[in-house]
Amino acid sequence: MNVFGDAVRFLNDPFNWTRPGSGILDLLVQHLQISGAAVALALLVALPLGTWLGHTGRGGAFTVALSNVGRAVPTLAILTIFAVTPIGFGPQATTLALALFAIPPVLTNTYVGFRQVDRDVVEAARAMGMTGRQVTFRAELPLAMPLLMTGVRTAAVQVVATATLAALVAGGGLGRIINLGFGQQNYGQVVAGAIVVAALAVLTELVFVALSWLLTPGPRTLPRLRRRPAAA
Amino acid sequence: MSAADAAPNPWVDPSYVVDNWDTILAYTAQHVRLTVLAVVIGSVIALPMALVARRSRWLAGPVLGLSTLVYTIPSLAMFAFVAPFTGLSETTVLIGLVLYSLVVLVRNFLAGLQSVPADVVEAARGMGYGAGRLLWRVELPLALPSFVAGIRIATVSTVALVTVGVIVGQGGLGQLITGGFNANFYRAPIVTGAVGCVLLALLADALIALAGRWVTPWTRTVRA
Repeated sequence: MNVFGDAVRFLNDPFNWTRPGSGILDLLVQHLQISGAAVALALLVALPLGTWLGHTGRGGAFTVALSNVGRAVPTLAILTIFAVTPIGFGPQATTLALALFAIPPVLTNTYVGFRQVDRDVVEAARAMGMTGRQVTFRAELPLAMPLLMTGVRTAAVQVVATATLAALVAGGGLGRIINLGFGQQNYGQVVAGAIVVAALAVLTELVFVALSWLLTPGPRTLPRLRRRPAAA
Repeated sequence: MSAADAAPNPWVDPSYVVDNWDTILAYTAQHVRLTVLAVVIGSVIALPMALVARRSRWLAGPVLGLSTLVYTIPSLAMFAFVAPFTGLSETTVLIGLVLYSLVVLVRNFLAGLQSVPADVVEAARGMGYGAGRLLWRVELPLALPSFVAGIRIATVSTVALVTVGVIVGQGGLGQLITGGFNANFYRAPIVTGAVGCVLLALLADALIALAGRWVTPWTRTVRA
């Protein structure tokens, strides 16, 4: 477990945190910028599209197929291909690649979330005189919210974790610590970088769990304190 | 223009595919082998985990938390963690892939089990179903669409993730991608590897979707 001792030693050195340009703090900012931009871009595309398609029930097979193509393309392949096109190396290529990578989970979950809404509920909402827009946002959206937020959370955590690959195309971010460690055969540094990225991703997960809890309608008890349903 | 553009360097080169067919086939075989093994092993581990997580709210948190923790470990570091124990072998990649597929599978399996309507469970209990028969005859069939969705996601993700195995030299078609990149941005293998991955993923996805329709015949009539 010498490697873990080395990792702790690496993390315990303040200079490794504050070194300008390549310290953990500077790389963290870069990492968050790339991840944030990628997730925002993905949500901008996937949420409206998933909502519309899920609400109308149109193009379902097409959406899922398109979504699968997006997910099936390896991030490594996108990064490599972008690097040999005029987009070139750097944060832009990484952001684009990660955004493409983040669209499928959001799109699929949003679409499925809307489609899984009980048709009787939709019919009842219509019968009550709701317009299409009202049905979408007042009846379907709240019911689709848990799955929708699962998609967003999955995408966010995935982006934060895979943004480490940015280092392979000179895009910066926390992956550079790992990459540099590999290059120098310094596995302590590799593990230290992994610990930092994992901690960041767990934090992301927690933030989105809280967010999803806030956005999901219904009785807002804490998950742990919720009583078992009487039927179970 | 960079040096890479000086020589003819087409994106798509059929002669490359023909000339290197045996190599491509060997990498494809490795890719398929790793994917199938990872998803099968992942499913076998995920089902009991999902069942345990559903039975007890105290265990659901740790099980999901642990699988989340696994997923958050970047693949770069994951293979570095495993490599000292299993060397530069397929096993190293396989262990990483199984761990990643678990996250998707456990979540979807659990979501599927939890989506079983409580009144259906109650009705089955009222009819005298015991725990085992309830699970096998009522809950698993109702959760099946969710299971199939999870397996599809896990499979497609795994096909893509295999490429990161290039770090230990066992990346299936990913070897073509990085191989081309390292050979002075030789585009033909990069595109061949990328397209191969996508085709493989789509094929696997279609097969599982078909199998899913076959095992859940009742879902076909919903649209009507």
